[in-house]
Amino acid sequence: MIEIVNLTKRYGTFTALDQMNVTIEKGTVFGVVGPNGAGKSTTFSILATLLAPTSGTAYIDGIDVTQNPSKIREYIGYMPDFFGVYDSLKAGEYLDFYGASYGIHPKEREALIPQLLELVNLAHKKDTYVDSLSRGMKQRLCLARCLIHDPEVLILDEPASGLDPRARVEMRDILKELKAMGKTILISSHILPELSEMCDSLGVIENGQLVATGSVSAIQQQLKANKVLIVTVQHELDRAIQFFEDQPLAVDIRKTTETEIQFGFNGSDDDQILLLKEALHHQLPILSFTEEKTDLEDIFMEITKGVE
Amino acid sequence: MKSLLLNPVLNKEFKLRLRSFKSYLGILIYLLVLGTIGIGFIFLTTMNARMGYFRPEESRVMFMVLSMVQLALILFMTPGLTAGVISGERERQTLNMLLTTKQSSGSIIIGKLLSSLSFLLLIIVASLPLYSITFLFGGVAPGTILATFGLYLVTILTIGSLGVMFSTLIRKTIVAMITTYGVALFLTAFTAFLAMLSIQFLSLGGPNQAQNPIPYLLLMGNPAAVLITVFEPSMQKELLDQSGISIPLWISYLFTCALLITSSLWISIAKLRPNMKGKRSKRPKE
Repeated sequence: MIEIVNLTKRYGTFTALDQMNVTIEKGTVFGVVGPNGAGKSTTFSILATLLAPTSGTAYIDGIDVTQNPSKIREYIGYMPDFFGVYDSLKAGEYLDFYGASYGIHPKEREALIPQLLELVNLAHKKDTYVDSLSRGMKQRLCLARCLIHDPEVLILDEPASGLDPRARVEMRDILKELKAMGKTILISSHILPELSEMCDSLGVIENGQLVATGSVSAIQQQLKANKVLIVTVQHELDRAIQFFEDQPLAVDIRKTTETEIQFGFNGSDDDQILLLKEALHHQLPILSFTEEKTDLEDIFMEITKGVE
Repeated sequence: MKSLLLNPVLNKEFKLRLRSFKSYLGILIYLLVLGTIGIGFIFLTTMNARMGYFRPEESRVMFMVLSMVQLALILFMTPGLTAGVISGERERQTLNMLLTTKQSSGSIIIGKLLSSLSFLLLIIVASLPLYSITFLFGGVAPGTILATFGLYLVTILTIGSLGVMFSTLIRKTIVAMITTYGVALFLTAFTAFLAMLSIQFLSLGGPNQAQNPIPYLLLMGNPAAVLITVFEPSMQKELLDQSGISIPLWISYLFTCALLITSSLWISIAKLRPNMKGKRSKRPKE
């Protein structure tokens, strides 16, 4: 379990993280989404014991990251958003080096490395120099490196960034496999829609603050207040526009085609039912009354639209 | 000892170093420079002598010249090899991953230092056959040779530790390297210059001036001065008489080096990873 308590990080007058609080249950996959500079990497760096918070702290399995960082390192596998590799090492040797750094016995490493390379689909590249691997392969190798000491928690900062669609799918499949293994995974991305199917819950960070947390559907619920409704009428479009303009909960009414209007609706599901009843009561020839399907990308854009 | 030999960083660095063509090129250039000076010295000496002799006394001078050149080369190479060990990893974006492993800061720093120094030792060992020319002509005691190589070892360790420290503290390799060169230059050239200035300044007062410990104190960290006192015991005696200090300069040098090595390594180990507890106690509570 990961528990972040009042976590704050300031650089001079700039506040990168502002009193963040979140609890991530064991075995869940928690996705963190937010625009660049929102504080995702800062949070991850603190959890990875690479950055000291200004105030507040975080606990992994009950261990305080600020009090016992060396113990934390045994629990976590960290993959930074940007990373380099030792070019003159072969893929197998690369993993062997990190295995040794975690104090794993040479005999164990010998058995472990082929398994890890198998997991990330790089078994055939064991004796290939790391610098000749493609970007996607390097990302997967780095993921294998995170796993070498069998950590309970994985902290993956943008693991799919810069990958082509096929490499992303491969990365996603590996993450699914890790989820099935029962790892607690903390993952950040700006291509969250792709990862949404494997995230149990999401956190949206903006200006160093967590603005929304919960399951993917809960976040969608939270944002339902700002849903977009689309109404199609057979005729009498002008009267329909007039009607919706009179409704206090409807905003930003736009005519999209000759028979369709679209508007923002700041009401609950009940309000929405009432609105439809009212419209029918006014004898509007309504053909369809639908809510625009929003996906995670839209939610992300919606939440972060105030951010420069 | 076994755990030291199994240091993962040391192991990896050996692999990386010996797989790089640059390392072999470095050894080649080093030996070419030293060899040219050695052979050139013999050539020049025998060319000007009518009989074409190369006497033990000249062999001794050649050894001194070679040793001084070797010291200069060491002072030139050590910062280059050590001042990038941590900042280089930072620049290649591999440091963060290394720091999140279980390896202790001490093990990482010592592994980095030893791997760079082993390469310098390899170069010095590779230069031994060149020194053997001196043995053909005699003139140098085995003790002097041992002392010279001991001095190299201590100097490498000192400048190397300083290099690792600057590499840990300074983000950019190039700045860390310049700083280390600066310190090496200060320890060798600048202290020697100040010492000479101090001697000259006090001799203005006439032949019966009081004892002056300043040159001795200035030269306590100067490897070149120590090397000269090893070659020329008379200079050592003069320095001791003048300063009124009876401890041979090399002992003071060892002491200075031990202090520099310990403090640089201690700072490097303490500063490699962030202090996770931060400065929170100094900040007002919100």
